[in-house]
Amino acid sequence: MSLVATNSSSSRSEGRLLSLALALAVLITLAPVARLFLEGITAGGSLNPGFFTEVVAKPATLSALRHSLVTAGLGTVISVLIGGTFAFLVALTDLRRKGALVFCLMIPMMIPPQITALSWTQVLGPSSVFLKTLGLAPPIGAPQPLYSSGGIIFLLGIQHTSIIFLTLRAGLRAIPQEVVEAARISGAKGFRIWGQIVLPLSLSSLLAGIAITFVTALGNFGIPAMLGIPAGYSTLPTLIYQRLASMGSTVLAEVAVLAILIGLVATLGILLQRFFQRRQRVHLVGSTGQPLAIPLSKARLPVEIALWAVICAILVLPMLGLLATSLVPAYGVPLRLDTISLSGWHEVLFRQPVTQRAFVNSFALSISAATLLMALCLPLAWLMDRHKTPLGRAFDSLLDLPYALPGVVLAIAMILLLINLPFTEATLYGTIWIIFLAYLARFFAVMFRPVQSSLRQLDPSMDEAAQSVGAPLSRRLRDIILPLSAPSAAAGAILVFLTAFNELTVSALLWSSGTETLGVVIFNLDDSGETVMASAVAMTIVFVVMFLMAVIQATSRRLPKGVVPWQN
Amino acid sequence: MAELTLTDIAKHFGDAAALKSVTTTMRDGEFLALLGPSGCGKSTLLRLLAGFEHPTKGSIRIGDREVANAASRLNVPPEDRNIGIVFQSYALWPHMSVRRNVGYPLEIRRLSKAEREARIDAALAATALEPYGDRMPSDLSGGQRQRVALARCLVSDPTAVLLDEPLANLDVALRASMQAVFSDFHRRTTATMVYVTHDQAEAMAMADRIAVMNNGVIVQLDTPEALYARPRSRFVAEFIGEGAVVPLTGATQSDTGAEATLLGARLKVETDTALPAFACLRPENLTIAETGDIRARVERVTYLGGRYRLNLTAASGEALVTQSATRLTPGDQIGLALSAPWAFAAA
Repeated sequence: MSLVATNSSSSRSEGRLLSLALALAVLITLAPVARLFLEGITAGGSLNPGFFTEVVAKPATLSALRHSLVTAGLGTVISVLIGGTFAFLVALTDLRRKGALVFCLMIPMMIPPQITALSWTQVLGPSSVFLKTLGLAPPIGAPQPLYSSGGIIFLLGIQHTSIIFLTLRAGLRAIPQEVVEAARISGAKGFRIWGQIVLPLSLSSLLAGIAITFVTALGNFGIPAMLGIPAGYSTLPTLIYQRLASMGSTVLAEVAVLAILIGLVATLGILLQRFFQRRQRVHLVGSTGQPLAIPLSKARLPVEIALWAVICAILVLPMLGLLATSLVPAYGVPLRLDTISLSGWHEVLFRQPVTQRAFVNSFALSISAATLLMALCLPLAWLMDRHKTPLGRAFDSLLDLPYALPGVVLAIAMILLLINLPFTEATLYGTIWIIFLAYLARFFAVMFRPVQSSLRQLDPSMDEAAQSVGAPLSRRLRDIILPLSAPSAAAGAILVFLTAFNELTVSALLWSSGTETLGVVIFNLDDSGETVMASAVAMTIVFVVMFLMAVIQATSRRLPKGVVPWQN
Repeated sequence: MAELTLTDIAKHFGDAAALKSVTTTMRDGEFLALLGPSGCGKSTLLRLLAGFEHPTKGSIRIGDREVANAASRLNVPPEDRNIGIVFQSYALWPHMSVRRNVGYPLEIRRLSKAEREARIDAALAATALEPYGDRMPSDLSGGQRQRVALARCLVSDPTAVLLDEPLANLDVALRASMQAVFSDFHRRTTATMVYVTHDQAEAMAMADRIAVMNNGVIVQLDTPEALYARPRSRFVAEFIGEGAVVPLTGATQSDTGAEATLLGARLKVETDTALPAFACLRPENLTIAETGDIRARVERVTYLGGRYRLNLTAASGEALVTQSATRLTPGDQIGLALSAPWAFAAA
């Protein structure tokens, strides 16, 4: 028997490593969700279904739920209109400069929602520096038009345009070119091809995109917080935030019920999305050769101008508004050559201890989350692909949950899990560790999926060749797997950094004095009327985001398919 | 170098049996081809030898060392078997130079730098790759990559070399020259080589013996000449070479040889079984002759360069294939003389 033990050592050590990494990953990602679920069953400490219905039946809950559904639903409609148009045109026609167009369309997705909201309020309304500079500002006292349900819907729509765009374009790319060519040979033209061939074939991706956009809009905190709270218009995430902020952890049981409520609606959406995604995969087989390029002929230039005008309106305009506000000495002063001032930038970057602390916190949190997740995901993804165990498969289908579920849901789950560490009197609530652990859970999928897709494209014989020449597990991981998947892992790490660096929703519920993140700081500065400083911080973040996106974009040719989310 | 012995090997993937019961010996130093249609189990057999798959039943020995035994759950991992593999995709590590690719097995074995360099040089020389040592795999052509994969195999003196359809990704011209490279490699190293392919011409050209596989079993293991001239089953007769398989009746044996009735005529047949049931008619068994044994109608004429392939229907209804030096027209009636076809028993 000793012979057996030594001889199967390789596959045994792989099995042991897999179990270990899997256990750690499950603990990080699924334990909080499970804890929240448990809270749902035993609401308030004991088995008590009455408490659940009591909280849900409150008028405030019902009105927030209605607001959430309305804003998320109508916001999704706007996303579909813009994102759908872009996706069909980019994927099917012979537009020029598609790469640049797509990159610009992706930026709103990577800019955090609270900055989107802040930048738009700087473009519209009576105190807009931008409008004042142009002499177009409405009279003082006129209402800020964005502080309304319409404003929330509009910005949610813009924020999530790229999600529709990406899912739909992926579906369109899976349509074999021959299918469209056959239609053209049969004499079909223009909208007929679109309506009778392309649309039916891409409907599943469109529906999947709609479902996930709705879930994301439902969980959005930054936009309804910045626009809805001043207008007294609450959605479920902002209701949770306001209850927790005003009452502290005494209302934990109540907000847990609210979190479960929003989690249930979101789960429904996620299930719908998976259903449609699977359907899309089943019925489309065949070679997908060249990308489609149906000539638009004379219409091409007007269409291009129209698309770039939309990009201008949803990206350039708000950024100009934000920049203008960040450059005036005091809020409300118009921007002219003689009023231009960097005092806001100077104040937040070099003077304010809170903003400096937030920069340090956000940098430290995102860099360590990215590093740790990379170290965990790389061997885990590889081992899960090689050893298909039932536990691995189950984890694979659940690991997106902490990312797909609304951030407030995860934040509440983290509080429940960590407010009393088991077997001790200690608590992590109020420390930076709870934010860190929440980031690990939330961004696990952001790291894992690119690494997984690159490892899946890795020829398994790369590893087998090393195995056949005698390389043990540790050597193969170090010499073959790590170098070959390093570019994807790096791209994944940058994405984690990017998302964590900008994050507001989770930290808004978990921060306390000393553990502020950048997202929280922008929100608080704006809340306390320091709009110029908020704009300066926001602008800094936008520059960091665009720089990191450009880094990924520049290296994207060297990365396997599916690693860069806005490509392929 | 060593003999590879498989005893009653079976491999199941879930409910599907990829290999049913394979017992065979690959002789020390021989070049053995595993030939069969896709899904016949040939690649599974190779992966079992390499250790990437574990047998569901049976045992495998390399030389006198048992490396896998389903009963005692022994499975020596691939890294401890000292077997070389050339993959269909070459599996060169794209982040390592040609020298590093070839030298990696020696790095694992912790050889001294000097000895490593010497052996890399020797392997590169043996595969005519000396000028390419510092290139990256992406800068090489398909044939060169294949030779790097071969050099990587060669460098660590494996007990056997397994090749998994190594020529499938190369164009026709390159295939012929790589066949010569493999044959030379085998002659020089006298390594035991197991070569998986679905291309019978490739197997015929290089192998000492060919194991024809179908549905998870080896249906016949013989020299290329024997497989062609004396197939033992309908599958082998149809899979190897051109020709037709027709049923025969009334076989009799006498001192002067065997006789049987096929295609409506009484003919001499070659056989080594008492009760043959089928005959294999190669194109060279059929000669066009007006006074021949049977009549047939020309169905299709295909020019092969210098000669024509004729697809025929015999008067008794069977489809036949032969060749002719002149072009005939579909619909022509011709006479055929049959020269002692090979007869066998199994369907």
